[in-house]
Amino acid sequence: MKKFDKERLLLALAGPVIALVAAIALTSVVLLASGRNPFEPYALMLEQASFSDVQVLIVNQASMYYIAALAVALGFRMNLFNIGVDGQYRLGAMMAAAVGANVSLPSFLQIPLLLLVAMLTGAFWAGIAGVLKVTRGVSEVVATIMLNAIATSLIGWLMLSDNLGVQVGNNNTTGVIKESGWFPGIDLGADVGEIYGLVFLAVLLGILYWAVLNRTRFGFDLRATGESESAAAASGVDAKRMVLISMLISGGVAGMSGLPLLLGEVHTYSLSFPAGLGFTAIGIALLGRNNPGGIAFAALLWAFLDKASPALDYATPVAYEKEIATIMQGLIVFAVVISYEAVRQWGLRRQQRQVGAELAAAAADNNTTQKEVAAR
Amino acid sequence: MVKKGTVHALVGENGAGKSTLMKILYGMQKPDEGTIAVDGEQVAFSSPADAIARGIGMVHQHFMLADNLTVLENVVLGSEKLHGIGGGARRKIKEISDRYGLNVRPDALVENLGVADRQRVEILKVLYRGARTLILDEPTAVLVPQEVDALFENLRELKSEGLAVIFISHKLGEVLSVADEITVIRRGTTVGTAVPADTTPRQLAELMVGSELPTPETAESTVTDRPVIEVRDLTVIDKGTIQLSNQTPAGMLMSEVERGAVKLAVDNVSFTIHAGEVLGIAGVEGNGQTELIEALIGLKSADVGTIALEGDEITPWPTRKRREHGIGYIPEDRHRHGLLLEAPLWENRILGHVTEKPNSKGKRGFWLDPKGAQEDTRRIVEAYDVRTPGIDVTAASLSGGNQQKLIVGREMTHKPRFLIAAHPTRGVDVGAQAQIWDQIREARREGLAVLLISADLDELIGLSDTLRVIYNGRLVADADPATITPEELGSAMTGAATGHLEHVESGEDEAR
Repeated sequence: MKKFDKERLLLALAGPVIALVAAIALTSVVLLASGRNPFEPYALMLEQASFSDVQVLIVNQASMYYIAALAVALGFRMNLFNIGVDGQYRLGAMMAAAVGANVSLPSFLQIPLLLLVAMLTGAFWAGIAGVLKVTRGVSEVVATIMLNAIATSLIGWLMLSDNLGVQVGNNNTTGVIKESGWFPGIDLGADVGEIYGLVFLAVLLGILYWAVLNRTRFGFDLRATGESESAAAASGVDAKRMVLISMLISGGVAGMSGLPLLLGEVHTYSLSFPAGLGFTAIGIALLGRNNPGGIAFAALLWAFLDKASPALDYATPVAYEKEIATIMQGLIVFAVVISYEAVRQWGLRRQQRQVGAELAAAAADNNTTQKEVAAR
Repeated sequence: MVKKGTVHALVGENGAGKSTLMKILYGMQKPDEGTIAVDGEQVAFSSPADAIARGIGMVHQHFMLADNLTVLENVVLGSEKLHGIGGGARRKIKEISDRYGLNVRPDALVENLGVADRQRVEILKVLYRGARTLILDEPTAVLVPQEVDALFENLRELKSEGLAVIFISHKLGEVLSVADEITVIRRGTTVGTAVPADTTPRQLAELMVGSELPTPETAESTVTDRPVIEVRDLTVIDKGTIQLSNQTPAGMLMSEVERGAVKLAVDNVSFTIHAGEVLGIAGVEGNGQTELIEALIGLKSADVGTIALEGDEITPWPTRKRREHGIGYIPEDRHRHGLLLEAPLWENRILGHVTEKPNSKGKRGFWLDPKGAQEDTRRIVEAYDVRTPGIDVTAASLSGGNQQKLIVGREMTHKPRFLIAAHPTRGVDVGAQAQIWDQIREARREGLAVLLISADLDELIGLSDTLRVIYNGRLVADADPATITPEELGSAMTGAATGHLEHVESGEDEAR
């Protein structure tokens, strides 16, 4: 019994470990091919990670990656590919900023209000794709990609000063959120920085994600749908309803993924608000195997590569291009996809063999008459 | 066993092991024991490539052709090295086509070809790869009679050129007309061989269904007069034949039916099953059984008609509500509808009963109860003799029979009032089969109503209290399982006999 549990854990870890080792090895090959030292950049980056100000940057960045990746992972668990996390995230952040700049409530109301606005906006945007899929059979992949593009235009239009926008210098913004909507962080001193308070939102969402998937009926139905749509339908899952609900939840979570930065640091949505988070999150969810712990690890790794790599440009005596980290991220995604599938199939076959062997051994022990019966 | 220049037929019922045997011959599956010899030489295939290298080729029941490519392209696909992809290949295809009278045009687009033409392309594809032994898996299932004759003409042509053909079928007339030798298998073993010249279809049928086998006898009748499930005028339209939305009103659908624009998968079916009764439905596969089951469990909605469970009209109910109210379901395809193959056994125990104890707790089973489910899975594994080292292994690692026992255990645990049992012992070894029969009998004694659908006529006759025959979506005949023989049932399954079979007393045929 326990043996199979342990094996499962080993198999679960084998995939990411193989992928990471392969990605690092391939990055070294790239470095060698361009005549560089194949190992020094890693040492430089690891050294960066030992500075507490970089650590704060990593944790802050990871919190956003984490929330967005949870949104992606939720879809993945039922074979829904929500590529629209990026649009949902930007639109959610923008709407929250606009409401925050124009509504002034006491903190204990203002902050939940902004969270709710971001969540509902994201859910609404993803819900469009969900409704299209359920009623018209439109692939959610296509719909969400389109919705990303539409979100970009919509945000541009909303941010005109005729609408919700406020011109600040050269930048279009939504105006600054009233101070009651700022989420307090953990100040670690002037030269270290501040950890976003909403990092705890990320942790909370991670716990919720696990509990919902593994401990509720809804989560079971969702996982069953992902594993076998036909079996889930026969078990009584209403596939359409499931698609719609999952899309709404995924979008809602995605909508909140910009809030740690918005409420914790910049307090305004402007054209320089980071884009592309939703796409990065897809890779992170993949690497984390849609598992809340795995995603946390993947988000931290990604944030580390992001935040530790700029220093490569200024390294002495030899400077390296910080794009090495980007190459590595790309290679990780590649390696992950290949190694997971390989490990999965290998594991399934191995278990089948083991079960067969164990049963054969058991049968030999009490020497049943099974064979004679079957051969009759 | 199979000689050069002969057509060797392999016959047996569904699930008798024909396909498994062929998969082994073609290297798709490994034998657990025993050997295969080609041209006197012992061989072991680990993949179809090995089999092809040895001159064995297979024409599958479902064609494996790329529609948007030409015949030539389809033939060379994957064997570009043999004769190139241009003139050489075209010449070779022409040559094979002429030699065996296959009449294949290399430059025709496959999507423009009919079924019979496609089949000839498949045969040519196999010959192109140098096959000397051809395996044809139910090749006539998709053909109309004239096409069957043409195919047999081709087969004789192949035979005369010295090739060996293995022909899998369960259509006895065809087998007798084309085969030189016949091997009959049942439940995985060879039960007899025959030479067509001195065999009648009847003898062959007896061999096939094995009337001498001990049947799953139901001792005394437990039928009560309390109806559990009442189906009235149930009609399901084959949505595949026409583009219709689910919202199309039934009346309009029926007018479409009258115009002949759509086909009915289930046509005006009515029956009642009482507590303690097993209603068996016999029929050749594809005559509406699947749709009937799906309408009963709620995967398909009834287009016309009603279904009532102990007086409650359940026609509009979704699947989950039906299951919660005591409809058990042993699906015909356990991999597609009964299991999550990559999930552990205890999660599979939850499947289909997630809102019920011991799988969940709280209002409408909001919270999952893994502990309860695991404990109960252990009990099922014990009680139903599921051979597994533990409940954390994936369902995929169990053998088919053990997977089936788990499903039966799961469904029985929830004390269903009405059980849909579709091929409950398909692919299950004899020991497990007897066990599953016992469990169904046991539950029947306690008042369970069972709808039994099976291709195993022994099983149907032995377990059922009432027998019906489904043909083209209609219940065309009924029979008394106490007196009917598999042969008589078999002729009704082909639509040859209708009404009450044998001992006509009432003349009244409720099934219409």
